[in-house]
Amino acid sequence: MNFDIAISIVMTLVVAATPILLAGLGELIAEKSGVLNLGVEGMMLVGAVAGFIAASLTGFTPFGYAVAALAGICASLLFGVLALTLGSNQVATGLALTIFGTGLSSLAGAGFVGTTITRLPALFPPTLAGHPLLRLVFGYDVIVYLSIALTFAATWFLNHTRLGLILRSVGESDASAHAIGYPVTTIRYGAVAFGGALAGLAGAYYSLAVTPMWADRITAGRGWIALALVVFSSWRPWRLLLGAYIFGAVMTLELYSKAAGFALLPPEMLAMLPYLATVAALAVIAMRPSRGRLDAPRCLGKPFRAGA
Amino acid sequence: MAVILDRRTLLAGAGASAALPFLGAPAHAADPLKVGFIYVGPVGDFGYTHAHDVARKKTQDFYADKIKTNYVENVPEGPDAERVLRQLAQEGNALIFATSFGFMNATAKVAKALPKVYFEHATGYMRGPNLATYNARFYEGRAVIGTIAGMMSKTGVGGYVASFPIPEVVMGINCFTLAARKVNPKFQTKVLWLSTWYDPAKEADAAKALADQGADIITQHTDSPAPLQVCEQKGLYGFGQASDMSSIAPKAHLTAIVDNWAPYYIGRVKAVMDGTWKTGDTWWGLKQDTVQIAPYNAAMPDNVKKAADDVKNGIIAGTLHPVTGPVTDNKGTQRLKDGEKANDEMLEKMDWYVEGVQS
Repeated sequence: MNFDIAISIVMTLVVAATPILLAGLGELIAEKSGVLNLGVEGMMLVGAVAGFIAASLTGFTPFGYAVAALAGICASLLFGVLALTLGSNQVATGLALTIFGTGLSSLAGAGFVGTTITRLPALFPPTLAGHPLLRLVFGYDVIVYLSIALTFAATWFLNHTRLGLILRSVGESDASAHAIGYPVTTIRYGAVAFGGALAGLAGAYYSLAVTPMWADRITAGRGWIALALVVFSSWRPWRLLLGAYIFGAVMTLELYSKAAGFALLPPEMLAMLPYLATVAALAVIAMRPSRGRLDAPRCLGKPFRAGA
Repeated sequence: MAVILDRRTLLAGAGASAALPFLGAPAHAADPLKVGFIYVGPVGDFGYTHAHDVARKKTQDFYADKIKTNYVENVPEGPDAERVLRQLAQEGNALIFATSFGFMNATAKVAKALPKVYFEHATGYMRGPNLATYNARFYEGRAVIGTIAGMMSKTGVGGYVASFPIPEVVMGINCFTLAARKVNPKFQTKVLWLSTWYDPAKEADAAKALADQGADIITQHTDSPAPLQVCEQKGLYGFGQASDMSSIAPKAHLTAIVDNWAPYYIGRVKAVMDGTWKTGDTWWGLKQDTVQIAPYNAAMPDNVKKAADDVKNGIIAGTLHPVTGPVTDNKGTQRLKDGEKANDEMLEKMDWYVEGVQS
């Protein structure tokens, strides 16, 4: 395998991992506040179609990403009203959001099938982005760097800021946080909206960058992989990044190895891998005698009612 | 149970719409004939399912208010398909098209249970008194694009983004490769199996992997235009799948194999209306216009256009069969003797690759 291909593989895997990382980060923050939003796939699709339509109509791709994030927030607020304000079951509401998002995106995008838009260029000038070696580091668009910066930011936010501490406390013990006087529902709304914004961006990364077009269900289930990776990461942003990149690597290496004429794994095995890894991670978490270090936010998925 | 029997009776009597709201009311002759379709993918895939839906719309337009077509998209291949088929039948659809290979067992089962409803299953082989099968000779189109690929490729390596190793896909790979090797005997086809019909991001990555392994022309048997987009980006050539996809990749798109199911659908609806519907197996191709070749890209030199047209016209005229011996498989076994032509049975059961295929 020559050098050029090796670089090409790494660049492909980074691009494959980026939307999963973005969606996963958003969900991680939401889950840290105690909200399990299974609507990631739906929010991604809403973001993907809104972003594509916006970019297509204005011809300005960055605007597409902005609209995608907004659309993701709108979709997540819908979830928020049902699950946080009205206290509906989070699992059921999240699933409903995915089904709704899938249908809505298909309806909204129907007139845009078979059209394309211009991708964002690489962030760095062509001397760096097109350099045979340096493109490994400089050859991506702004979203890729944004996703890594957000991983930093999320880690710092959760561990080193007061608001991060409050968010975690809301996720660990909503009743205590409420007793101290923190607005549990408001904080959760914020976390869910952040999750929606990133899911929207992640979806738009498919329709605006990975395959710049609109096609129904363009995310093809990546939202579920992002959800699985949040568990796999045991709610730590850096592990999430690692998980997303490992996932991207497995997918990409498999394709490249088969194209080169040898198969590491049968394709069916490959499709199972992220889920198997999650099950394995869950099993490891369950086996740990000391709860806490790897554990889920204790209030994850529990509806909160003040005074209840 | 009685309700279901009632519905069946109504269906039998009218052969027409008798949905729940009309239950008990007499169905009259002016009711439009209801025709149902189930799709494996989304209608917006711009590929295989899209093509079926275009044909559905054409059929609807052709008969205007005499029929009413319904469809259910994104139906998983498995037990869910059975549920959807039963539902369509119960809603009064007198003729139901199940448009993917994986619906076969479900369709056969439901057809047996509901003998008064006519079923049509695409690309399968199970038939019954009220279950017909239909398919298109896409492999004929593959021979045309294989000829183009053989002439346009500089590296002599073609990439093939493939879904599942079923005969339908295997015969496409073989016809593509045979045709390409006829014009370039050293041509190699690298096949990548994805285990999915539809996953744009994965299809795109597969195309990238093939391009990085030296393929400079890429074709696909998956449903999204994503591989074509990679070709456009990398300055390579590719082909549209099921629909003319030139709008997605104006430079890369040399031509496309276009599925045109409308003539068949229109004919079968007429048969139900006339009461002449019979079971059977229909396998139409270029000749019947079920398989069409999209307009050629202007970038194609005239001699390539001519060679492609020659293959197409030869197949239409019946003077050329895409799988004509001598054919040796990629393990060295001779499959067809000199001049021997593959019959339909051989094509339908194809589970070996011709020389030049790397899978």
